[in-house]
Amino acid sequence: MFKLFASSNIFFWIEKLISFINSIFFVLLLVALSFALIFSPPDYLQGDSVRIMYVHVPSAWIGLASFTSIALLSIANFIFKIKNIKLVTKSIAPIGLMFTCLAIVTGSLWGQPTWGTWWAWDARITSMLIFLMKYNTELIKLKNKGLDRL
Amino acid sequence: MINELLNMNGYGLYVWSAFSFTLLSFLTLYSVAKVQYIRERNKFIAKYGSLDAQKARVARTQTINQEILSGSQSI
Repeated sequence: MFKLFASSNIFFWIEKLISFINSIFFVLLLVALSFALIFSPPDYLQGDSVRIMYVHVPSAWIGLASFTSIALLSIANFIFKIKNIKLVTKSIAPIGLMFTCLAIVTGSLWGQPTWGTWWAWDARITSMLIFLMKYNTELIKLKNKGLDRL
Repeated sequence: MINELLNMNGYGLYVWSAFSFTLLSFLTLYSVAKVQYIRERNKFIAKYGSLDAQKARVARTQTINQEILSGSQSI
């Protein structure tokens, strides 16, 4: 685990991981889009608007998982003082921001035909909005302070 | 068939907007991540030179280097 985050190893593993992801990305994207938009049947209650759920729910989960990862890695960095953990944390923040933003926008697009409104101030949606603000704060902090002075 | 797919029983506008926004976000994120990755890699190379994993492994096995690095965890 610690060797993976060592300065000399991290870019080697990242290059390998990027090549692997690039090799499977377009195939998986095509399969997923075919099932989401063509092959899966409409919901008996929501009709075809249920297809938005195929992007909305995973986006929300990834947004929350990114936030949890940042919290856990920050604790690990506080204890073990491994500088590359900061690098990983800095890289996760924009991913979390994008997926949280996606969850809010697609949720809004699903809400209009289903609930008849683009936005409702209920606990789930409001907490996602708070997450979005936290991500923005984190990114602004990283941009202003820089990685070396964190 | 194509009209049905585009219209989706009246939900087409919402569904296609959601999927288009998602794909656009993925493209944006990929570009941002790529730029950020190249920037960090260049910073790393500028700081540590072109020390690859193989050379680093050999360097780490040398006793003198182990003694030097034993007290510096936060490099």
